Amino acid sequence: MSRENKDVLYGLYDDEQDLLKAVDQANAGHLEIMDVFTPFPVHGLDPKLGLAESRLHIAGFVYGALGTLTAFLFMTWVFTRDWPIIFGGKPYWSVPAFIPITFEVTVLMASVGMVVTFYTICGMAPGIVNPTLDDRITDDKFCIAFDVTGAEDADKDKLKSFFTASGASEVNTKTI
Amino acid sequence: MSAVVSPIREPLIEGGKSYHQITEDICSPTERTPSTAWVLAFIVAVAALAFYVFCVAWTVWVGIGSWNLNRTIGWGWDITNFVWWVGIGHAGTLISAILLLFRQKWRTGVNRAAEAMTIFAVICAGQFPLIHMGRLWLGFFIFPYPNTRGPLWVNFNSPLLWDVFAISTYFTVSLLFWYTGLVPDFATIRDRAKGLRRKIYNFVSFGWTGSAKHWQRFESLSLVLAGLATPLVLSVHTIVSFDFATSVIPGWHTTIFPPYFVAGAIFSGFAMVQTLMVITRKVLKLEQYITLSHIESMNKVILVTGTIVGVAYLTELFISWYSGYIYEQFAFYNRVMGPYWWSYVGMMSCNVLSPQIFWWKKLRRNIFVTFVMSIFVNIGMWFERFVIIATTLARDYLPSSWSYYTPTWVEVGLFIGTLGLFFTLYLIFARTAPVVAVAEVKSILKSAGDQYLEPNAKHYAEATKEVETTA
Repeated sequence: MSRENKDVLYGLYDDEQDLLKAVDQANAGHLEIMDVFTPFPVHGLDPKLGLAESRLHIAGFVYGALGTLTAFLFMTWVFTRDWPIIFGGKPYWSVPAFIPITFEVTVLMASVGMVVTFYTICGMAPGIVNPTLDDRITDDKFCIAFDVTGAEDADKDKLKSFFTASGASEVNTKTI
Repeated sequence: MSAVVSPIREPLIEGGKSYHQITEDICSPTERTPSTAWVLAFIVAVAALAFYVFCVAWTVWVGIGSWNLNRTIGWGWDITNFVWWVGIGHAGTLISAILLLFRQKWRTGVNRAAEAMTIFAVICAGQFPLIHMGRLWLGFFIFPYPNTRGPLWVNFNSPLLWDVFAISTYFTVSLLFWYTGLVPDFATIRDRAKGLRRKIYNFVSFGWTGSAKHWQRFESLSLVLAGLATPLVLSVHTIVSFDFATSVIPGWHTTIFPPYFVAGAIFSGFAMVQTLMVITRKVLKLEQYITLSHIESMNKVILVTGTIVGVAYLTELFISWYSGYIYEQFAFYNRVMGPYWWSYVGMMSCNVLSPQIFWWKKLRRNIFVTFVMSIFVNIGMWFERFVIIATTLARDYLPSSWSYYTPTWVEVGLFIGTLGLFFTLYLIFARTAPVVAVAEVKSILKSAGDQYLEPNAKHYAEATKEVETTA
């Protein structure tokens, strides 16, 4: 995936509470946050950033429903059309006996489908190198990043003063 | 904003940890050279694994005749081991899925290792049905694939096939669940590493960045996977019990089997988690993350499930008498008083009687007692499966075909060998991955760390004292 380099101005905070307050301040000052990076999921952050609820679970339902249909219709086809065999004097279409496999395939397809979707939409895969801003973001730093590609110095200064005012412990720029 | 936590809740993270300290404590064992204890344990485990490979080769070369199975007793140690390992493989997903849905914070300390244990146990379990086929290379016959024999499909009405689907689904889903949880933690190790090590951990962390949107999706995924894994866990051992319950053998043909097997599976799984955790927390110095409070919680689960299993044993005995069906009555008389009485005694004493000591808080919180008990339960649950399988088959409808069964060295070797396989995998895991879920522990620090809970508890103690003095 080719993309253009971005200049990023970012600030690091030491605590998730500082981060939440800073995001509020940024919103109040109408600053456009590019992204926020945290070492663990910070609750209450999504609404502040205006992130809509993930639709991943809807995808999961669709995959699951596909699994149910696949398994049930396949067994029906095998035992009524392709090669009907009588087991224990039961009808060819012995629905109760299909339930366990139908359930398992439903769960399997929902899970595998969701996990594959998750990695795909997050742009993650084995061996992919996504640029990171700071090594301590996966440790103990909470990061707010602004895209400052081609921005004027006045705008950058405004962002820097925002970071100082909101209590960021470090402010850096990086091209990613 | 501090989280509202009951003042009588015990802290789950001790030692006044900071976020950085948590990273340091959990990730550093993967960065040190292995200790002598680890190397010795690894040598023993790999030796057992090598013996396993030898026994499998022997079985394939000589044939299933190298086992002591006969016309009457067609299932012996092999299926006993299979059910035992599958049962052990139930705790991990139970901890991570069901306890996630119930919002139990103590799961964060133990879920990673328990899930790893689950996956390794299921790998061990899967070995036995395959080896039992005798012709390993025809193992793929169990899957429904378009073949040149018709296509002649597998029997979708057979519980043995349901088992194939249940175990393979369970393995896949547990693996995905576990690995997805590991990805952010691998990223933590990646960001601490340099050179080749960094490249390797970047590969396995899939390029994780920690973006807010990714975390949101991650949580959504975890929640749905937990919701899917919960009925899955219950279904797997239910289906394993169908292998027996849908047959027409007295002693197997009972409707109590599914709940009884599931309770037993959770019971044995937690016992194995305790066995491993007691050692892991000591060796990797994680006592402040896997605290006595975690151990006590798991001991409570062991007590409850052990008692459920006990009730199931007694119900079986009662119902066999109450049914008025002589074959059923004989099957249970034979279990208790027959040639395998000693395995029944082993089962009852290890599974039902011994866990009752956990009614005492002092014993629940004693590390040594916990460890010994966990071994007892592991043994007891193995006996349970042996009782169900071998005892029942040894005395079937026709006295002329009554038989007795003792394993050969090959069968014993296969069992010891899978222990080698299990511990080899676990030891590798403990060296290369964070044994405790780093990001999850950080996320509960503010609501379960001792430095945050202590003022709360102190305030509570003072307040109650005041109330007492005024009253």
